[in-house]
Amino acid sequence: MPIKTRYELKLGLATREAFGRALAKLGRENPDIVVCDADLSKSTYTALFAQEFPDRFFSCGIAEANMVAIGAGLASAGKIPFVSSFSCFGLNKGFEQLRVTVAYPNVNLKIVGTHSGISIGEDGPSQMSVEDLSLACSLAGFTVLSPADEVAMTALVRVAAEHIGPVFIRAGRPKVPVVHSPGQTFAIGRSVELTEGTDVTIMASGLLVAEAIRAQEALEAEGIGARVIDLYSIKPLDREAIARAARETGAIVVAEEHLVDSGLGVRVAQVVAETCPCPMEFVGIRNTYAESATPEQLLEKYGLVARDVIAAAQRALARKT
Amino acid sequence: MIHSRSLAELQAIAKRVRREIVEMIGEAKSGHPGGSLSAVEICTTLFFGVMRHDPADPVWRDRDRFILSKGHGCPVLYCVYAECGYAPKDQLNTLRKLGSVYQGHPDKRFLPVLEASTGSLGQGLSIALGMGLAARLDGRGWRTYVVLGDGEVQEGQIWEAAMFGAYHKVDNVCAIVDYNKIQLDGFVKDIMEIEPLAAKWRAFGWHAIELDGHDIPALQAAFAEAAATKGRPTVLIAHTIKGKGVSFMENNPKFHGTAPTPAEVQMALQELQ
Repeated sequence: MPIKTRYELKLGLATREAFGRALAKLGRENPDIVVCDADLSKSTYTALFAQEFPDRFFSCGIAEANMVAIGAGLASAGKIPFVSSFSCFGLNKGFEQLRVTVAYPNVNLKIVGTHSGISIGEDGPSQMSVEDLSLACSLAGFTVLSPADEVAMTALVRVAAEHIGPVFIRAGRPKVPVVHSPGQTFAIGRSVELTEGTDVTIMASGLLVAEAIRAQEALEAEGIGARVIDLYSIKPLDREAIARAARETGAIVVAEEHLVDSGLGVRVAQVVAETCPCPMEFVGIRNTYAESATPEQLLEKYGLVARDVIAAAQRALARKT
Repeated sequence: MIHSRSLAELQAIAKRVRREIVEMIGEAKSGHPGGSLSAVEICTTLFFGVMRHDPADPVWRDRDRFILSKGHGCPVLYCVYAECGYAPKDQLNTLRKLGSVYQGHPDKRFLPVLEASTGSLGQGLSIALGMGLAARLDGRGWRTYVVLGDGEVQEGQIWEAAMFGAYHKVDNVCAIVDYNKIQLDGFVKDIMEIEPLAAKWRAFGWHAIELDGHDIPALQAAFAEAAATKGRPTVLIAHTIKGKGVSFMENNPKFHGTAPTPAEVQMALQELQ
């Protein structure tokens, strides 16, 4: 019998702060790392890099479209640019530039979107990015990463810098529980199996990974073994882990802080349909924009907490033949 | 290394490039002759009289960079590349055809010597400024030239980039507006007036030079002035004639985006003897 890991979820850094720290560290190691930000460096934590390397930091003002193409020019001349803003501004306002000046010519640019999802909280829907994974995944050739905690973010910033090609990294505003052990390795197209289980699989990304772990513990108390997988590599997906979970557990829940119509869930469903079809249930934001409140209130109201994951797992289990 | 040519040689190259533009667009049966012909002297002067580059070493680290932000004018760039030896002259007649290196808009995947893939207007100036920053960071002397369309400066991103270039003092970038006064739907002044154009650039902190964009010595002097201007980028407001060199195309909005018929190609080639 596999030994189940007992998780004690301790609050760690916000993934945006882990990004900023990792970026400054990378800057010390590689002089080709340069950074652009659009008047949000104190919020995205690229200010840490700017303080250490003022000559390699370019303040772009509140002009995201220009910022993305400036980054494309820097990359074309051999630099490794990280361009950063809130996810909703960087991707939405820079989307055309990401398509034509980055994705299509396959330029080696990294874009990091912070304050993603609804957990930005009180600032409300104009600042919330609930479609960034969808936008980023629609760019041909892009790698899309969504780290769940500081351990994953620290590792994946380095992975992104070492990868030759465009990358989007999704980061969040609030401090989040540490779900990964310090030595955990991360790679593009891989995933991390956090708990073993054969009754149902819960695949999650970002904030929802911690909720999935909480759900797994509650399900276990009812005698249900849930396999929890952190699908931090949104594109490309870990097809092997998904197919194996479908085959071995026969029921899948996908949980994400994103519009459920166009995010991780539908991407996983495509792989399941192509490999080993089984009942699936989805936890995410349902065809709406949220509102102002605390992150905790919003996650509760919009159905993104452990309770919602448990209910979805039970629905999926009930559909197993 | 490309050596500078005499005025007579530059004029001869310009005429040859014009003939090739008309022929290749005629053969393709679609494309943008007007804005290709208006930029012939700008591109010829840059590639044969101003820029440091070496067709024997297309990826030479210290080469000057060129971006055609008004990507639809790519026939002029393709012909100049072919004249330099960067791209095959005997394939110019494959423009816009399946598998051709000469795609409908500049595409690095098919023609790696291109510094950027363009076609969606408004983006090349930003790319050029990013390249300029990289050259400065590396302490290298290469310069970046970027040709913009006049209609293209209606794009908001151009002015985001203009602000950026002046604020960051990217003086190793020179923009050239091919001011031929015509865009797809008609005359620029009737679609969305862009005047006072030089004053706009100056207000944004750029060194602006107005000149006749078909006057090769004037272009050479302006590029030298741009290179000598420190602390701010330079823009050339190059007044040009859309369809320059072919009487029935000149100042005719129809030839922004319409290919000449075989008969029109013959008429044009006679004029360009």
